[in-house]
Amino acid sequence: MREATILLREGNAVAAPAASEVERKLSVWELLWNDGFVRKGLIIVLLAAAWEAYGLLLDNPLLFPTFHDTVITMFEKVRDGTIPMRAWASLKVLFMGYSASIALAAILTILAISTRIGTDFLETITAMFNPLPAIALLPLALIWFGLGNGSLVFVLIHSVLWPVALNTHSGFKSVSNTLRMVGRNYGLRGLPYVARILIPAAFSSILTGLKIGWAFAWRTLIAAELVFGVSSGQGGLGWYIFENRNLLDIPAVFAGLLTVIIIGLIVENLIFRTIERNTVQKWGTQT
Amino acid sequence: MAPLLDVSDVTLRYKTSSAVITATERVSFTVDRSDRFVLLGPSGCGKSTLLKAVGGYLQPSEGKMRIDGREIVEPGADRMMIFQEFDQLLPWKTVLENVMFPLLTARRLPRKEAEAKARAYIEKVGLTRVVDGYPHTLSGGMKQRVAIARGMAMEPDILLMDEPFAALDAMTRRTCQDELLLLWSETKFTVLFVTHSIAEAIKIGNRILLLSPHPGRVKAEVADVDRVSSEDGSAARLEKQIHDLLFADAATAH
Repeated sequence: MREATILLREGNAVAAPAASEVERKLSVWELLWNDGFVRKGLIIVLLAAAWEAYGLLLDNPLLFPTFHDTVITMFEKVRDGTIPMRAWASLKVLFMGYSASIALAAILTILAISTRIGTDFLETITAMFNPLPAIALLPLALIWFGLGNGSLVFVLIHSVLWPVALNTHSGFKSVSNTLRMVGRNYGLRGLPYVARILIPAAFSSILTGLKIGWAFAWRTLIAAELVFGVSSGQGGLGWYIFENRNLLDIPAVFAGLLTVIIIGLIVENLIFRTIERNTVQKWGTQT
Repeated sequence: MAPLLDVSDVTLRYKTSSAVITATERVSFTVDRSDRFVLLGPSGCGKSTLLKAVGGYLQPSEGKMRIDGREIVEPGADRMMIFQEFDQLLPWKTVLENVMFPLLTARRLPRKEAEAKARAYIEKVGLTRVVDGYPHTLSGGMKQRVAIARGMAMEPDILLMDEPFAALDAMTRRTCQDELLLLWSETKFTVLFVTHSIAEAIKIGNRILLLSPHPGRVKAEVADVDRVSSEDGSAARLEKQIHDLLFADAATAH
């Protein structure tokens, strides 16, 4: 019988020249440039420089204060406690509205996945209310809840509830059939099934919903405060901006705006990014 | 001795948006303890549907199914499913947590005991070094092995395997088949295995149920499959016989 011949080449591996490069360390600059924070930080520095240059060129602090004027005002206002107090007042209201919306969204979506009429209800109601800007409800809120945190929380719920519910629902719907069957194989049903299978499986979409909800809420809150101003004695950041415009203290207006931006960046890049890194990125389920 | 799984005259129908499809018609078979029972047939013979019915995911429109004397009415951890899809592992849990999860939720073992059992079965499938890894870092073959470890760790009455190796490459598939047989020789678990590959059926099974398509009916049952061996050519002969049997109608019908 004929047979094929096998030539072994084991010897080669030992004799291979050590010169060929298998692994090369990246230089410090390459490493830095690969870090998203460094690249974005550089962009921010360039933007601040452009702001400073334009402010100096214009030389009109009433219209457009320079970057360093704004920063100095901001430091003063942070030190004397005005800005932290105003920011805290805004964040407190935001937190109330945000957590209430999440609870409501949870109830709505759980109803939606357990019954068909619940699905129809959620789909109809989100289709109706999602396009309606929260600020448009403010006049009505003022009549219903008066001048106070009640109105703010109401418009916040309106701005957060629909995106969170919509994303959570679509996340639940896209959980693979295999995972559903695995969950039922373990005898899970009802709320434990939702909590231990559906929510983690749909977490990527839920997180997207929470992020969109947060962005809507923050914008809506600042705008609402600007429109209806102070509630019980102490306003938030929006009211602070409005107040200082009336006093023509434009650097303080800019400082207020900068605070709004900074808080937005911190929540987006620190809080949500950390959650993302420890969940969907680690699980490889990021969409 | 009463059979472990008794399927008698089971007709399965499911609805699509426009019609009611009969997947299997009056199918009967019994599985004894420590059987490696294979459901074999071309696509459309309802073998997967039949397995899902044994899993409790759909109710037969006629006939009865009993596991260890109890009628099957819903999914349960006494019948652990192993699917073909790689996404059957929970992506948010590590390998160890995946194997422990049903032990904790369905069998309600104390955490320590569950962990010890999970680690033992992960070692059996040779995955100890990735025990803390997340599923997305594993290859397809490793994922299927974790799923098998998860199923076996539950020590169910029966393991239901729905073409678990069909999506693997040829080499990995052979290793996985060998490993499954090795595991079986250690613990002698009962398994109901669905496949459309005749060679796989002969390799895995000790009994094979042949199903014909549209709708699925029992064509024949092959017993003592483990007596054939690939060395003296008897396995190849059996493969040819089964092939001729399954495709006899197809040849005359066209």
